[in-house]
Amino acid sequence: MTLTTREARKTLRWSVIAGLVMVFTSAVGMMESFDDRLIIYPVLSLGYLMLFWIVPLAGFQATHLPRLEGIEPPGKGLSNVLIGALTGLGAGVILAVFVVVADRFDLREVFVSISPRLVRLLTFEDTLPGGLLATVLIPTLLGTAGGAFHLLRDNLGRRLVLALEWVLVVAILEGVVAQILRQIRLDALGERIYTQRALEWFAAVALFLAILPIPASRTGTNQVERIRQRLFSIDPAQRIRNSVVSAVVILVFLILLPQLLGSLLSEVLANVGLFLIMGLGLNIVVGLAGMLDLGYVAFFAVGAYTVAVLTSSLSPRFAPELSWWLALPVALLVSALSGVMIGTPVIRMRGDYLAIVTLGFGEIIRILFLSDWLSPIFGGAQGILDIPGIPLGVTRVSGISPESILYFAFAFVLIAAWVSWSLQHSRIGRAWNALREDETVAAAMGVNTVRAKLDAFIVGAILAGGAGALFAAKLGSVFPSSFELLVSIIILVVVIVGGMGNIVGVAVGAVVLIGILGGPNVPGLMAEFAEFKLLIYGALLIFMMLRRPEGLIPARARYRELHADEADQDAWLDKSIHPIQSRPSSSETTAEPDC
Amino acid sequence: MDSLLWGVRLIAILVLIWGVAGTIVQGLNGAGPSAEAWRDLVVAGIAQGAMYGLIALGYSMVYGVLGFINFAHGEVFMAGAMSGFFVANYLWQVHFWDNYFVLAILLVLLTSVLTSMLVAVIVERVAYRPLRASPRLVPLITSIGISFFIQYSFAGLFGVAVKNYPPAPDSLRNRIGFLGLEIEGTKLAVIVVALISMGLLYLFVEKTRTGRSIRAVAEDKEIAALMGINVDRTIVASFAVGGVMAGVAGTLWSLLFRGVAFHTGFLPGIKAFTAAVLGGIGNLPGAMVGGLFLGTFEGVGSQLVLAGLGIPAVSQLKDVVAFTALVLVLIFRPTGLFGERLSSEDRA
Repeated sequence: MTLTTREARKTLRWSVIAGLVMVFTSAVGMMESFDDRLIIYPVLSLGYLMLFWIVPLAGFQATHLPRLEGIEPPGKGLSNVLIGALTGLGAGVILAVFVVVADRFDLREVFVSISPRLVRLLTFEDTLPGGLLATVLIPTLLGTAGGAFHLLRDNLGRRLVLALEWVLVVAILEGVVAQILRQIRLDALGERIYTQRALEWFAAVALFLAILPIPASRTGTNQVERIRQRLFSIDPAQRIRNSVVSAVVILVFLILLPQLLGSLLSEVLANVGLFLIMGLGLNIVVGLAGMLDLGYVAFFAVGAYTVAVLTSSLSPRFAPELSWWLALPVALLVSALSGVMIGTPVIRMRGDYLAIVTLGFGEIIRILFLSDWLSPIFGGAQGILDIPGIPLGVTRVSGISPESILYFAFAFVLIAAWVSWSLQHSRIGRAWNALREDETVAAAMGVNTVRAKLDAFIVGAILAGGAGALFAAKLGSVFPSSFELLVSIIILVVVIVGGMGNIVGVAVGAVVLIGILGGPNVPGLMAEFAEFKLLIYGALLIFMMLRRPEGLIPARARYRELHADEADQDAWLDKSIHPIQSRPSSSETTAEPDC
Repeated sequence: MDSLLWGVRLIAILVLIWGVAGTIVQGLNGAGPSAEAWRDLVVAGIAQGAMYGLIALGYSMVYGVLGFINFAHGEVFMAGAMSGFFVANYLWQVHFWDNYFVLAILLVLLTSVLTSMLVAVIVERVAYRPLRASPRLVPLITSIGISFFIQYSFAGLFGVAVKNYPPAPDSLRNRIGFLGLEIEGTKLAVIVVALISMGLLYLFVEKTRTGRSIRAVAEDKEIAALMGINVDRTIVASFAVGGVMAGVAGTLWSLLFRGVAFHTGFLPGIKAFTAAVLGGIGNLPGAMVGGLFLGTFEGVGSQLVLAGLGIPAVSQLKDVVAFTALVLVLIFRPTGLFGERLSSEDRA
């Protein structure tokens, strides 16, 4: 059996990609520093997972042929397995060459992360010639598995992946699972299945076998669509009753959640909440009105500093020591004003100039807070300490008890979500939508473009200011270093990865990114990622822009904008696969107004 | 709206005049910096500005042909400076650096230039080419991602510590007389090298065949393609040329400041973009002049304007001056001082 030139080229391409990704992961230090964390005891560490995940994927992709309009789907057979194996072999050889080079020459002068320990890890603690065999063999096997995946029936393949994903999630999020088990008095189970923060192998196998029989549904977006359709097919009275019931359930859940999570997880979740509020605000500016604001952190800083100056007894010049509840409206007002001040000059600019100017404003504000010039008011680099927290009855809510802060975060998030939702579906929301799609046409239809853009800026500023007020009360102190450009960028990544223009998307983005990877100054659940967090954020941003610019959970309108031709193709595929069932194709649904 | 902008303009001008007047009064009273201090400030500003100008050329060329801000260009510059360090460090260890300094610095220059060029070209191939047809903000967001990715890859690969170049020989560091002024040798060298590279770039773009195709693609991609120009290759060429200039800037930076770390490229990158806008984006002589102007203004301007207003520790506010310059230029003269040159579709 021979490969065609096309197949050979694809195999080579994917083996080089997989090999280089593995070499990069090793050389950048991820492999070694993640190796300390086992995820499945005693066989798999996070380091090896980060090293090898690409190989099965490459093996799969190397033999993956997209189903195209007018072309028969290619037959599947032994060639898939062979190509997968070859891809894995190629990748393994590249890794082996890297290991030999790293072993022979002392590269530590230049590449600080290439250590003898790395070489030992990559050769599986074996001596070099024998160990190299494993270095090549394991990627080959993984690549073969990736290629062989094509041979499985669709449903079985999907179930396998789902089960595997679940096992990894339960293993990686050991902190959450063990904590919840502790809280519901199942300590014994937690101690049984986890050893050294890793899932025991028998527990992993058991979980895998338990999930395997569950039929996996089609992709997530379709699932959301299906639920939505079902929701709208029932009659209105019933629908309202259902919504009320689910709202109550969610509320009870939210009230119980902090108690269930304990303080460490509540802390993480409170940070997620803060970023979610800002994400929702930036979503209005970027996702709805289409203005790329890179200095969004400025409003967060303004909110936090206003509260700090007004409430702290250590505020240098002006210390009225107001209650947080009085300071909050002032903070929101000041944020709104700064929104007007920054927004007015920039909103007429071209999109990319607007991005750079807002970035400039963000940096100006941070440097001013930092400067000696304004230190009599804002404390300079020392910041403002001793912010008293939120008085509530006889107690004070502050970061010392993350559970109670979490309730405030929930409340703020709900308000922010409600504000964005109702604005999005109001007259101004439709104006933003029109504006983003085509400014000239929007203006011709009577949208006051300048006004609409400024409104977006102000709403965004107010939400960030509210997050800032909460942040100041939570931390008990503010420093200029909390408001670096990085924060703006990370909020942007949250919005983009989650799905611009979609509230649920932003929420998912915040939970996944801030909760797991961690924010700029706050650790997430996977504290191991700390060093490489920003590397991963950068890579995610590039990947999302190249492959899925609409985000994980896209707003429907934006998905249509970015994938018009693919939607047509899907429609064609659907028709050709189910010729008899006449279900509405996606190109027809696009004609409906967005609801 | 308009009245507000006029108000901002008026306030900016008033602050400027008030500050300058204050500084002059201070100077007359003998309170301000001495004449030598002013001279050093101006020379340092020009040297810094020459580097901004070199980096700005890369922004301007990419904006000219593709119409988006290549946010990662600062990292291209950093990559050059960083790779040069390893060569310089090696040459220092084998005592080649102090014995044959000129040869050594040429080797370092070659390394930086090649690395920067390579990084710029790879970034174009991997990330920007697939996005040619996307809305304008998509490549911009991608370039932010690339910027972070390169920064933190370098942090992981080469360590987070600041890497110090070996010192230049004393003969270069001493002050030398130039046009009746005593100027530090390194700064003079930086200015001269930067001006020569800008001149060469200008000749390249104006006189060579590749330069002509770059200009044609910047004017109108479709028509250029119809005229038989390979648009893809031309775009790669303009990224490469921008990378070369960033590499030169990287070496000059290390001569001047010696320290290089993974985050070195970020601020100079943003400021160089400011310089490019200041001179009119897409306009190559504009980028050079914009760089020189911004460098001088940020060094001298903080002293000249802010000190006159009685603000303490003005050197902290250097970046504020640069960013304010950016904001003011974009508000009041977004086409830059010398007018922008954009393709027909970008002007729309």
